[in-house]
Amino acid sequence: MTTENFKMRNLFRDLTDKLASGLAVLATVLVIAPLVAIFVYLLYKGASSVNLDFFTQIPKAVGEEGGGMGNAIAGSIVILALGSLMGVPIGIGGGIFLAEFGRGTKLANAIRFTADVLNGVPSIVMGIAVYALVVKPQGHFSALSGGVALGIMMIPTITRTTEEMLLMVPNVIREAALGIGLPNWRAVLSISLKTASPGIITGCMLAFARVAGETAPLIFTAFGNSFWNWHPNEPTAALPLQIYVFAISPYDDWHRLAWAGALVLIVLIVLAVSLVRYVTSRGVMKGAS
Amino acid sequence: MGVGIEVTSLNAWYGSNHTLQDINLHIPPNQATALIGPSGCGKSTFVRCLNRMHETNPIARVTGSVRIGDIDIYKDAKPVNIRRRVGMVFQRPNPFPTMSIYDNVASGLKLNGFSNHRSLDEIVEKSLRNSALWDEVKDELKKKSGASLSGGQQQRLCIARALAVDPEVILMDEPASALDPVSTSKIEDLIFELKSHYTIVIVTHNMQQAARVAEKTGFFLNGRMVEFDSTHKIFTNPSDKRTEDYITGRFG
Repeated sequence: MTTENFKMRNLFRDLTDKLASGLAVLATVLVIAPLVAIFVYLLYKGASSVNLDFFTQIPKAVGEEGGGMGNAIAGSIVILALGSLMGVPIGIGGGIFLAEFGRGTKLANAIRFTADVLNGVPSIVMGIAVYALVVKPQGHFSALSGGVALGIMMIPTITRTTEEMLLMVPNVIREAALGIGLPNWRAVLSISLKTASPGIITGCMLAFARVAGETAPLIFTAFGNSFWNWHPNEPTAALPLQIYVFAISPYDDWHRLAWAGALVLIVLIVLAVSLVRYVTSRGVMKGAS
Repeated sequence: MGVGIEVTSLNAWYGSNHTLQDINLHIPPNQATALIGPSGCGKSTFVRCLNRMHETNPIARVTGSVRIGDIDIYKDAKPVNIRRRVGMVFQRPNPFPTMSIYDNVASGLKLNGFSNHRSLDEIVEKSLRNSALWDEVKDELKKKSGASLSGGQQQRLCIARALAVDPEVILMDEPASALDPVSTSKIEDLIFELKSHYTIVIVTHNMQQAARVAEKTGFFLNGRMVEFDSTHKIFTNPSDKRTEDYITGRFG
């Protein structure tokens, strides 16, 4: 090959390299841009209405100045805690069954299929279903029924990520656990699950963040409440519901509060996810993969 | 102390594939026994039958009898109890990635409910000394993950993990095939040390390795054991033509 040829070819390679890197950067920007835009717009619209009152007061009647969404924040915390309490253990349990105990069985295939279908069920349908299953028999709306609706919505995501993450644990690790004389259940809980835990936690956080902003399933279940309520068996306010009610109202004052509520909701989700990440990452060893 | 292993008409299958056909042999206690043969000849399957690891694959099946010491492992005991008496070291180092060096070694005891901390410390130190890793890791036992060690160190960590549950037999499935020559010679030295306390069965592709570490050698071919004799005899004056062809490099 002549030197001339060689140089041409090098030039071509450099250009292709730059082009490919450029496209990757562009894609990254396109992914991040909407997120940043939403956040900046929320800050612009809502930040001025976020003050101490917002977190400590309940909504005031139309025409009165001030007021906040303290009860809705509290309600969201209660409902999400109840939902996670149900969704996380059942979801992880299902994932463990799919990946470790039921691998290849008909039951496992049926569960996997059901989970995928459940994932596609519109959230409003979930609200109606829980209305029929919990609210109707009980005779009243409650935070509990809201938690059930959100919990069920969390299950398929958590189950499928848990399964995927457990399947990624190399078989040699499983064999090592059995090889030192651990019973199968012990090997699954203490070795496979622990090795897969970072991915499983990510799955839980994704499911959590998704349902934290859900409004539709709460309309028929938690219902909303204009006052403080910490009782899980009473109708309860929730941030997304409150945002919805305020946003469709004709009052500028309420619109501002709705913006502030949206901002607070996003910040709270980010905080919760970061907190879990921080807490769960502290036990990880130096150099662990 | 090590115990002898008596294998009688052992057959093993993967699905419809008859991978081990009528294996009979006696593995003497407190010696290293090497198993050689071309890839796919069944030698790995054979050692996996000695701690009932073969049957963890749902399509696998075993018949015949294996006596380790005075126990028929397929009749008299549960797999879990067998595997505490018969330790295993795998081809690729497989420390538990989320655990510290200490916890890796202690795992077999801790996860089985053993919680006496002082004697746990002693067992961990003893196991790491016996696997010739202690001096390299003693300052960072609980700080460093087992996965942060080098490949050769990881393999010695896995040996320490196997030693910690105090087995009588140690199975090694090509323990040095993923390691560099320096780490390999450390593992071989270790096998020499360990022989006095344990019965060792080592699968290897490396015939020099078999010649260096083992008193007895078995040659496997197509799921059958062609010849089993003293290592010296196998490598200098094998009785079977196929063994001779293999060790002189005419096939495999």
